[in-house]
Amino acid sequence: MTAVDQQAPQVAGPEIGRARRRKEDQRLITGRTRYTDNLSLSGMLHLGMVRSPLAHARIIAVDTAAAKASPGVVAVLTGADLAGKQGSLPCAWPITDDQKAPSHPAVAVDHVAFAGEVVAVVVARSAREARDAIELVDVDYEGLPVVLDLETAVAGAPYAHPELGTNVSATWVYDSGQAGTGTDVDEEIAKAREGGVVIERTYRQQRLIPAFMEPRSILVDPTGEQLTVWSATQVPHFVRIFLALVLGIPEGKIRVIAPDVGGGFGGKLQFTPEEVLTVLAARHTGRPCKYTETRSESLVSAHHGRDQLQRLTLAATKDGTVTGLKVDLLANMGAYLGLVTSGIPVLGAFMYNSIYKFAGYRFTTTNVFTNTTWTDAYRGAGRPEATFAIERLMDDLAAQLGRDPIELREQNWIKHEEFPFTTVAGMTYDSGNYEAATARAKELFGYDELRAEQRQRRESGDPVQLGIGVSTFTEMCGIAPSRMLGALNYVGGGWEHASIRVLPTGKVEVVTGTSSHGQGHETAWSQIVADRLGVAFDDVEVLHGDTAISPRGLDTYGSRSLVVGGMAVLKAADKVIEKARTVAAHQLEANPDDLEFAGGRFTVKGTDKGMALGETAFAAFQAHNLPDGFEPCIDADATFDPVDFSFPHGTHLAAMEVDTETGATKLRKYVCVDDVGNVVNPLIVEGQVHGGLAQGIAQALFEEAVYDEYGTLVSGSFVDYLVPSAADLPSFITDRTVSASTTNDLGVKGVGEAGTIASTPAIVNGVLDAIRHLGVADVVMPCAPHKVWRALQAASTKGGAA
Amino acid sequence: MIPASFDYHAPTSLQEALRLLGSSGDVKVLAGGQSLIPILKLRLAAPEVIVDLGRIESLRGIREDGDALVIGAMTSHDDVARSSLVATHALLLSRAAQTVADPQVRHRGTFGGALAHADPAGDLPAPALALDASFVIIGPSGSRTVPAADFFQDLFTTAIGEGEILTEVRVPKHTGWGAHYEKFARVAQQWSIVAVAATVRVENGTIAQARVAMTNMGSGPIRASATEQALLGVAVDASAIAAAVADIAEGTRPPSDLNGDGDYRRHLAPVLARRSVLAAAS
Amino acid sequence: MTRISVNVDGVVCSDEVENRTLLVQYLREQVGKTGTVIGCDTTNCGACTVHLDGRSVKSCTMLAVQADGHAVITIEGLAHDDVLHPMQAAFHDSHALQCGFCTPGMIMASIDLLKDNANPTEAEIRKGLEGNLCRCTGYQNIVKAVQQVAGASAVTGTSA
Repeated sequence: MTAVDQQAPQVAGPEIGRARRRKEDQRLITGRTRYTDNLSLSGMLHLGMVRSPLAHARIIAVDTAAAKASPGVVAVLTGADLAGKQGSLPCAWPITDDQKAPSHPAVAVDHVAFAGEVVAVVVARSAREARDAIELVDVDYEGLPVVLDLETAVAGAPYAHPELGTNVSATWVYDSGQAGTGTDVDEEIAKAREGGVVIERTYRQQRLIPAFMEPRSILVDPTGEQLTVWSATQVPHFVRIFLALVLGIPEGKIRVIAPDVGGGFGGKLQFTPEEVLTVLAARHTGRPCKYTETRSESLVSAHHGRDQLQRLTLAATKDGTVTGLKVDLLANMGAYLGLVTSGIPVLGAFMYNSIYKFAGYRFTTTNVFTNTTWTDAYRGAGRPEATFAIERLMDDLAAQLGRDPIELREQNWIKHEEFPFTTVAGMTYDSGNYEAATARAKELFGYDELRAEQRQRRESGDPVQLGIGVSTFTEMCGIAPSRMLGALNYVGGGWEHASIRVLPTGKVEVVTGTSSHGQGHETAWSQIVADRLGVAFDDVEVLHGDTAISPRGLDTYGSRSLVVGGMAVLKAADKVIEKARTVAAHQLEANPDDLEFAGGRFTVKGTDKGMALGETAFAAFQAHNLPDGFEPCIDADATFDPVDFSFPHGTHLAAMEVDTETGATKLRKYVCVDDVGNVVNPLIVEGQVHGGLAQGIAQALFEEAVYDEYGTLVSGSFVDYLVPSAADLPSFITDRTVSASTTNDLGVKGVGEAGTIASTPAIVNGVLDAIRHLGVADVVMPCAPHKVWRALQAASTKGGAA
Repeated sequence: MIPASFDYHAPTSLQEALRLLGSSGDVKVLAGGQSLIPILKLRLAAPEVIVDLGRIESLRGIREDGDALVIGAMTSHDDVARSSLVATHALLLSRAAQTVADPQVRHRGTFGGALAHADPAGDLPAPALALDASFVIIGPSGSRTVPAADFFQDLFTTAIGEGEILTEVRVPKHTGWGAHYEKFARVAQQWSIVAVAATVRVENGTIAQARVAMTNMGSGPIRASATEQALLGVAVDASAIAAAVADIAEGTRPPSDLNGDGDYRRHLAPVLARRSVLAAAS
Repeated sequence: MTRISVNVDGVVCSDEVENRTLLVQYLREQVGKTGTVIGCDTTNCGACTVHLDGRSVKSCTMLAVQADGHAVITIEGLAHDDVLHPMQAAFHDSHALQCGFCTPGMIMASIDLLKDNANPTEAEIRKGLEGNLCRCTGYQNIVKAVQQVAGASAVTGTSA
């Protein structure tokens, strides 16, 4: 357990760093929640979606007569009805100029490209009547050849979208030789083949489903002057812009609200067919319309994550110094490009070299269409894939050279004194201390004792073997410096906005463009503002998630909210102080430079004459006595564009037991020491780590989105898509080191995705470390018992060669 | 998520329930609902009539009747798991009932309902088979008692005929026997990939009597009679038991699915059987 | 349609319901208790957990008509006069929730767990919550919250 600073609320001292209990909790623990499906409007109609059971088919006819006649049904809308109105869902990241993408209708018009695609929308007076009518819509399909496998898809026909004449959407390359950030990787590999070590591996990043606990829901009210859209989304600002762009509705006529949102993890970072269809249905009927998906619908129609085939070549000298890394990805886009689908592999491109000093590096991704649900961001979005690849390679290299896996990593990682360090991928890591994190992790883990136990179990041939999995990682988050996004061809920017109002009564309102859906921004931003403005934590109100209240923002994903959004809040606070200073100076008849601001108060240096911030706000409100030309307002806003990405790091160690008789694995102990820079709220940080670990571990051991040969998702419910419960995970031992970021004034780094990024390879490395001596070289994730057992069987029949 | 419409009746007597069952062709019995309601929600079934047995008190309860325990069909898994009568006289049922699904489901799901549902991956049929339970079925033509060996006929198919209701299960007392239900699954909530139910009577450090049955090794529970014979007189030690249970999977044709193929299940069965028998005997 | 009478959070509700209405739908749509939520359709997630006659049940796997004549406590019926139930307070204190969606079901299941076993081990707590899925917290702080309530009861000698 971590030693968490648990100060009682009454104790004085800075807010930043304090384990403040959350303001968000009161409503959530008493059930006074406003998740979108909880909301109702008079006269509201309900939508039901008719979804294709086939993965690839022409739509010959859609017969809606029986459905339209069904009790309670107000309308049934098909692709034919909506073709002229629905536009095409956008992809905001053409990673290359020649990126190919099919048009992406919200409701299929003449063909479907994945099982689960919407082919008709039923609008009825109740959800029950809508559901009953779904069965009555008769769709005549003509099946088309289905392409599911990446290697088949990249080779040629059948095409997921025949009109494209290819399944390849784009190919994107980063080459350190060409970019001038390193040498030519082919030369490094050639050298290593001569007198060094070359490790070539193919790893499979299986397809995952974000599986946020709140199914998506949209409620649209078309009856007001503005179109109001409530949506269980991570990105209300994006939804607003895209509704305007795609449907041609004037942007100022659209209000989007993310009320309470029950988790996202990137899975609700999307502009969805269901959002478009609910808006169109509402405009068509002139009535409020609500659509809430079932879990079965969610698993098949909300975008999936990961799904890459990774071909890797690692070059090193005989003494274990890494020299070159070549990465060749086949990345499964699924059937369409969602908002960020094509860019996910690119987000990982700069992270395969990780914390190590490579001379040469090349990354290539080939983005490929298949007749499956499209993929897009899921916790880590490209970086878990990268970290998995490099951490598996480092363990394999250590095994091949007979070296301790931690020692080998240390030999190659960036030393504490070397920061800031520009990598072979062109990223400059600002700060870090891999040595300190690792030493602490080993200590908490009992590394030496566990190695001794491992040896003893091997010697005695214990049926339960023990493995130690290592994962040392950094990641690239805090999305993102806008210019860098532009350089990568992303359509949008990466800034964040905040505005702060000091009310006449002295309370403070903070409006943030971030969109918290469990991350505790109301609490953490209150802590930042309380410290900066010297007001009480409880006197700060944080508003978010509603484009009418927070008109500017780029929402929450990519571990950006604190690093970018928190900084916007800080900058706005500083502007407030400057304006207030002018008022205070005038009212105190002092020179502004002679005023000190501390503890929420301006005092004239050397005197006890002063004025509280709240008083300056009231003075501005009254406007009786302000300097000439001064606008009667001390409120301020700030738009903050980060100067760089954020680079947290950590060392994760997992003790894995493998029951060689059944292949069952058990996570016995998990230690992580993470460095996320300065910490605003340690409880929130640890909570993010715990949650991230659970998802990363689940990728290693439990979860996989599985399709059958027809393109039907067979893991289509929680019976088969195995999200772990409390009974399936242990408690984690977590700790931190602090290497403050040097690229933002808060000194903070992102944490939301770190646990997920680091843990998957720690687990898999642990499983393999337990049974490598029995001849097992790899187990494809998830490491299910039957797969581990098969690997053991295959190794023993082969005679034990690794 | 939303079932199709149905007519609903909640009779308060068995007689009335039978009458209602006989009055419609497309009727399903609702016991605890933990199997039926999920099926209705996914519209895998859409009966016209549902007869809820939940208000027939006579179907609930656990009592002794001479050398048998009698468990009312509507007794919840939780009540079976907690019952001191069951723990004393049919410990295997107690152990198995505790592993069903999760606490909330155990509060509603019923012993008889689960047995009548006969899911090959369900946890109660194998223990019931191992204990030579017999099933009291009442229908329009009266009452009959079917031994477990004849009760489980196929996937989701039992000896209960149309218009009939399982009212109680008679379990011969196995007082003082040790018992264990070894359930193998990837996560706690998951259905058994394979499970082995074992209950044994130990005398002087050797197994004097053994009853063993397997879950999810076929279309229904499988009694491992040959293995039971092989265990007689075997010392309570891992390698002796391992030898005795080694062939337990012989002749079985277990399913293949996302959690493993038939070969893997055939491999698991003796491993789990060894663990189950050893735990039961210790 | 069938007329039912259910005591929900201390108030007797008399309503006409469709036979196929699930208890969770009745609570949310007719009684207005939207604090109890729906997270799945296969009885796995437990977000819909309420207490029926004092025992935890998944309200998505019950028909409203089955609740006729019975008493239901939802998350909204736990606090009294603005005083939180100790489990609610412990969840807050231990940071055992993030997005909050699984929280009502998790709290109801946790209370039931301690009714059965006032002093559970960590393993017993984890097993006792196997019917409730959370995607945000990784469960660690949820376990802590339950331990906190169990420990406090041990000290005071009362049950949660």
